[in-house]
Amino acid sequence: MTSRLNLLGTLRLALRLLGRDMRAGELRLMAVSLLVAVASFTTVAFFADRVKLALSQEASQLLGADLVVVSDRPLDDTFHTQARDLRLTTVETTRFPSMVVAGEASLLTEIKAIAQGYPLKGKLRIAGADGAPREVKTVPAAGETWLDQRVMARLSVGVGETIKVGSRELRVTAQIVDDPDSNIGFLNVMPRLMLNAADLPSTGLITVGSRVTYRLMLAGDRNGLAAFREFARAKVGPGQRVEDVRDARPEIRSALERAEKFLGLASLLSVILAAVAVALAARRYIERHLDNCAMLRCLGASRALTVGVHAMQLAVLGLAAGIAGCAVGFGAQWGLSQLLAPVVQVALPAPSLTPALQGIAAGFVLLLGFALPPLLALGRVPTLRVLRRDLDPPGGIAWVGYAAGLGAIVALIVWHTRDLELAGTVLGGLLGAAAISGLIAWLLVRAAASVGRGAGFAWRFGLANLSRRALASVVQVVALGAGLLALILLSITRGDLLDNWKRSLPPDAPNRFLVNIQPDQVEEIARFFAEEGREAPKLFPMVRGRLTAINGRAVNSGSYTEDRARRLVDREFNLSWAATPQADNQIVAGRFWDAGKRNAPEFSVEQGIAETLRIKLGDTLTYDVAGSELQGPVTSLRKVEWDSFRVNFFVLSPPGTLDDYPASWVTSFHLPQADSAMLDRLVKRFPNLLVVDVAAILAQIQTMMDQVIRAVEFVFLFSVGAGLLVLFAAIQSTHDERVREAAILRTLGGSTRQLAYAQAAEFLVVGALAGLLAAIGATAVGWVLAKQILHVPYAINPVVWVVGLLAGGAGVLIAGLVGTRRVLHVTPMETLRRA
Amino acid sequence: MSAVALTKQVATGSAELVILDSVSFDIEEGETVAVVGASGSGKTTLLGLLAGLDLPTSGAVHLAGRDLGSLDEDGRAALRGSAVGFVFQSFQLLPALTALENVMLPLELSGSNEARATATRLLERVGLGARLEHYPRQLSGGEQQRVAIARAFGGPPRVLFADEPTGNLDSATGREIADLMFDLNRERSTTLVLVTHDEKLSQRCGRRLRLAGGKLIADERG
Repeated sequence: MTSRLNLLGTLRLALRLLGRDMRAGELRLMAVSLLVAVASFTTVAFFADRVKLALSQEASQLLGADLVVVSDRPLDDTFHTQARDLRLTTVETTRFPSMVVAGEASLLTEIKAIAQGYPLKGKLRIAGADGAPREVKTVPAAGETWLDQRVMARLSVGVGETIKVGSRELRVTAQIVDDPDSNIGFLNVMPRLMLNAADLPSTGLITVGSRVTYRLMLAGDRNGLAAFREFARAKVGPGQRVEDVRDARPEIRSALERAEKFLGLASLLSVILAAVAVALAARRYIERHLDNCAMLRCLGASRALTVGVHAMQLAVLGLAAGIAGCAVGFGAQWGLSQLLAPVVQVALPAPSLTPALQGIAAGFVLLLGFALPPLLALGRVPTLRVLRRDLDPPGGIAWVGYAAGLGAIVALIVWHTRDLELAGTVLGGLLGAAAISGLIAWLLVRAAASVGRGAGFAWRFGLANLSRRALASVVQVVALGAGLLALILLSITRGDLLDNWKRSLPPDAPNRFLVNIQPDQVEEIARFFAEEGREAPKLFPMVRGRLTAINGRAVNSGSYTEDRARRLVDREFNLSWAATPQADNQIVAGRFWDAGKRNAPEFSVEQGIAETLRIKLGDTLTYDVAGSELQGPVTSLRKVEWDSFRVNFFVLSPPGTLDDYPASWVTSFHLPQADSAMLDRLVKRFPNLLVVDVAAILAQIQTMMDQVIRAVEFVFLFSVGAGLLVLFAAIQSTHDERVREAAILRTLGGSTRQLAYAQAAEFLVVGALAGLLAAIGATAVGWVLAKQILHVPYAINPVVWVVGLLAGGAGVLIAGLVGTRRVLHVTPMETLRRA
Repeated sequence: MSAVALTKQVATGSAELVILDSVSFDIEEGETVAVVGASGSGKTTLLGLLAGLDLPTSGAVHLAGRDLGSLDEDGRAALRGSAVGFVFQSFQLLPALTALENVMLPLELSGSNEARATATRLLERVGLGARLEHYPRQLSGGEQQRVAIARAFGGPPRVLFADEPTGNLDSATGREIADLMFDLNRERSTTLVLVTHDEKLSQRCGRRLRLAGGKLIADERG
């Protein structure tokens, strides 16, 4: 053999050796681990990708479209042309407030002109004269109108009667039950009327200076939508904006973000499991190839050639396993989505190619991280190893290897989740657990030998084995612990977290908001609820004000580039006061004022809006409230659970501060569907109140939550499978050594029973130890996840500890004995043949 | 110990390869026997069959008064534990165990309560009293083989099987190891069966069984 092989020659040699290694079964564990790693990674990625898409589609139903361009003047044709070019479906609506008259009564109503095709997403439901709600694909015919329940109640009109909109008379033909495109920010909702867009000119209501909102609604495939969004964002001028469902509804935004976090968590864990599997397989591969390398060196191969040949082998293996893994992953996610089809309800969009490329790249990153450093060590194998098999490459390289491997995991996690906080928490939990468990495992392993000394041979030998191979045992315990930790996180902790999440939106979550309660009605409302035999909901005061300056510098929509920021600063804020923060608010910076504090202008600002408007703790805010100025420092930032459907405010101040300004009150409560008659009584008694029905949105979000939970459970199930394979790989990694030992023990007179018991004792202790450590880790990680990331309450679950110990001990025992069953049947003749 | 018409065949694809072909002989207690022959003559296979590490295709082995064919793997293992010692060309020490622990191993397997004391004495006897806590990797080849010899005599065995015991050692060390083995063999009246292709070493035995092509072609004494 010559060291002067060119690249092609090296590749050919590598392929030949690879073929031989495959045939000899040398690379099977490595190949399978990589395949499983890539397959689990891509399955989760493919599936999460599709579910994410499906969820945003689900959410689109609440917007009535995938994307909306909102404008205060008719949109110019370039928008329509662009939409057509991108093959997007469009429909336009025109909305404006106007008085509607029926006989003597009149009511300020939001007029909404719609055209055929509305809505693009979601369902429009109406009820005719019979009162039975039905879904329609049509819009009101010319000369007809549909009204919502509030207009009908206030104007006392029913189906078949006539009302007047501007100079046009329209016949009422239905009541609006569900309109997917309900107004944004439900505190501004007005009673609503729908008419055919063709009738709009004849009302004579749209004149110069009318406050009209034109909405161009769009739907289509995501590439087209993305392109359009980009086009529209660049194109919109003052008074125009682009909205998707995330911009539209904070509660949906919040639910979607959590769903993404859950799915991200699932794939994150499968990445870690995959990394552990590959690490274990790589270690075994390298150990098995020390002889090969010594032999190659002995036969005249240079260091570079030795390393090059093996590196190419790994590269080819990585590519092959990566492609195969992607194929398996694609098949698995397809099966999974078939399985889920009846549950998810919306059609899953076609998966993108990205997860496949990510999967293959992930396989390579893992290979590089875990196999490259030991591979470099292969080049340094003493040639003398041909004669002395116990000669290892120079030390120190192992630590470089661990560091590189860890680096690979971190890179993968960050790249895959794109969520530094989540990645950091889980990784920190795992690393912390690894460090602590390494220490504990070390101590326990040392102690095990002395405990076992007085016992029978099996315990003595099994436990002694643990301490004799102390470092290897610690590594194994920690690896198994990490696998078990993931399994426990996936099974028990996941359940706890999901339950808690679901509980954050209970079935009796508020589904009606009462707005515009006047100060003199506060007590009367409480009396009304008492008369109805209901508990009076808590009422919150509200003063409307416009943000005019931050730190004395004037702000307006021109100060910001982000749509949301411009919109927020354009409109009036609802300011409120409170002595203490609400239970579901979390102070994330600064300090909330003392409960007794009164009449001192200072503000507590919601975290999200503070970020959007670039408000920092300590900034001085100036509000224009009913023409007078209110100024004060920001003394705390709050995190608010918008998807709780309770009344919450962006900006709070201490009680008394806003006493001089005109206030109205607002509240939310849960009204069972059967009790809708109470609403009529309420509206009759307090005609000025606005009742906002969020039951439909609430139901939609609860459905979405259920679907997310099911999807996450399925995805987790897959990761559990990967976790089990890691367990098996960990046990397999010591297989060769066990076979060698068993052959020698057999030769020296050891019986099957002695061998089995010694192995069992070792596996049992390793498993229990790993389980114990996993339970500690799972509890810690679960707590951090609940508190820091998902913001749900978390209680320590004792089951985690019992299951950790039992599943660890029993699982590793069974998997170990199954995985090493050949060890018990090894013929002692191998001792002679291995000479 | 006796071998009766021992035959070992293995399947290689379509053909049957005969490794040992109807080999028969008796070995008296206390005899020293060398099994000699060229590579591939069937020496190691014969040793494996005599020690009960493997089973013949046909024929029988009687060891320490027992027919090995009538025992299952555990039965043969128990017999090995109580009556047989081994020394291998590549030493076959467990790398994770110290010298002392390696020697203790067969004693522990047989349930001895004196394992540590016996093993210590044996290691002192082979000249490694100062290296009890050393791991195999910390010992030279000659020292590793001394540990293996100490382990082999732990039983104490009635029969000691040695497979090229000096094959991995330089000639001076090989001589020392051979001396040690023969000395211990004499001291403990053990039967010694030695596989080697080293003529000098085989001449130190009282008898030589010569194999060629799987057949016993000569039984030389003296």
